[in-house]
Amino acid sequence: MTEILYLGAAVAFIVGLRQLGGPRTARSGNRIAAFGMLVAIVITLVSSSIVNWEIVAAGLIVGAGIGAWAAVRVQMTSMPQMVAAFNGLGGIASALVAATAVVEIGFADLAAETTVSLLVSTVIGALTFTGSSIAFGKLQGILPGRPFLYPGQKLVNVLLGMGLIGVGIWTAVSGESSGYWVLAGMALVIGILGVVPIGGADMPVVISLLNSFSGLAAAAAGFAIESNALIIGGALVGAAGMILTIQMTEAMNRSLANVLFAGFGSGDSGSVAGTMSDKPVNNATADDVAIALGYADSVMIVPGYGLAVAQAQHAVRKVADQLEQSGITVHYAIHPVAGRMPGHMNVLLAEADVPYEQLLDLEQADPQFPQTDVVLVVGANDVVNPSARDDPSSPIYGMPILNVDRAGRVIVVKRSLSPGFAGIDNPLFYDEKTLMFFDDAKAALEDALSALKAL
Amino acid sequence: MSPLVMGITVFVLAAFVGFEVISKVPPTLHTPLMSGANAISGITIIGALTAAGLGAEPLGQILGFLAVVTATINVVGGFLVTDRMLEMFRSRRDRESQRK
Repeated sequence: MTEILYLGAAVAFIVGLRQLGGPRTARSGNRIAAFGMLVAIVITLVSSSIVNWEIVAAGLIVGAGIGAWAAVRVQMTSMPQMVAAFNGLGGIASALVAATAVVEIGFADLAAETTVSLLVSTVIGALTFTGSSIAFGKLQGILPGRPFLYPGQKLVNVLLGMGLIGVGIWTAVSGESSGYWVLAGMALVIGILGVVPIGGADMPVVISLLNSFSGLAAAAAGFAIESNALIIGGALVGAAGMILTIQMTEAMNRSLANVLFAGFGSGDSGSVAGTMSDKPVNNATADDVAIALGYADSVMIVPGYGLAVAQAQHAVRKVADQLEQSGITVHYAIHPVAGRMPGHMNVLLAEADVPYEQLLDLEQADPQFPQTDVVLVVGANDVVNPSARDDPSSPIYGMPILNVDRAGRVIVVKRSLSPGFAGIDNPLFYDEKTLMFFDDAKAALEDALSALKAL
Repeated sequence: MSPLVMGITVFVLAAFVGFEVISKVPPTLHTPLMSGANAISGITIIGALTAAGLGAEPLGQILGFLAVVTATINVVGGFLVTDRMLEMFRSRRDRESQRK
């Protein structure tokens, strides 16, 4: 009977994930999955022979309190670091399950496959935890977002990886629990060293991959305790994270290996930084921007990470509302890797009450630029850089971009001319049809709004 | 079938189901999908509850307690924050009917 109920929980996860894929059903999908989880928890509490009720109850209360507090308090602009933190906690939970089993039971009496499952769960879970912690630090601004590189870095990582495999095999064969703790420690270090060389703009890939890992760690724990619910839940999450990882790397036209190991954006890959900065730009005022927007028939807004940093999502919607009241068509064009995690811009704009029909993805938006009068770029840079299309020597050459330079007019709201994360200069800024409006995104949009109202 | 082969079978089939179910999700929902999926990975909580319940060794009790805490944060926080996000995803129709 308990197995049937666990299967019901697994089915709830599948149905829930399926519904999460459609805007109208997503909320009920999440609730169905949550209900499945509740069922799984209750069955476990009832059916397993729990001795230490105090520890279990205390853990549930403390965890639920912290989780609920964090979920209610977090700002939408902080969602990438929140997701990173949850990925890390999911990973370490699976590693801790394995560690607890090792302490309580030991390796001596275990079947070989159970031992291996415990080791795999520990390694993936532990490196997911420290890797996510580093990602959290970078996204929160505690750690520098730039890639951290040092000489011999790749060699160190390769040696650590090989050492990990060696210690793993030795532990599995010898059944020595001391090997287990060495292995866990190495996995923690590898998670740190694996993520420090990856720059901020590559975080959508990193977060998706760590999301996948948190699922795989759970699945490995499921093999150890022979629980189909864990295996199914873990496999689903592993697959979901992997799909997003692949989609994000495709959106940057880079391989996963390049994202993880190339130290992209450290400056040594950026070839042309500074070379074009002497060229003149069209410096615009709020009035210029208002006139360009106010007399357009169609406007496309392209948000980027700068919008999130400036918390300008409400300001941009007010500008869009004002334009729509004057009968101007407004859409948003969202590049898959705009921001710091998959869907980052969509969440922010949803918070500002922008209806989701107005948000266009790359394939929908790109063909429309030639018929668009004005494109308003807010805090985006590399995803609208024409050199990805035109300059074979550019480090981002081949990356699918939003071809905003094909529109009638382009307004770029940006704090300064400094090159974007990848350290690559953007010819768009020096284009004749481009107006540069230098300011913090929120302040700029508020000024533009007042100027629009006065028009 | 041995438990290992059984487990691998279940894993592979579930992974295929995952790929099928998720591969067509529109970019708008990528963040809620990820955070919802992350909450589902908190299913490791059932392992945590079992492990914490064993509790003979003091070290095992500490590790088990931490496993339950982290898994519960993952589950409760993950589903709640996903719900909070999805509450904001509204169509034009929803938005207008709310303003009336």
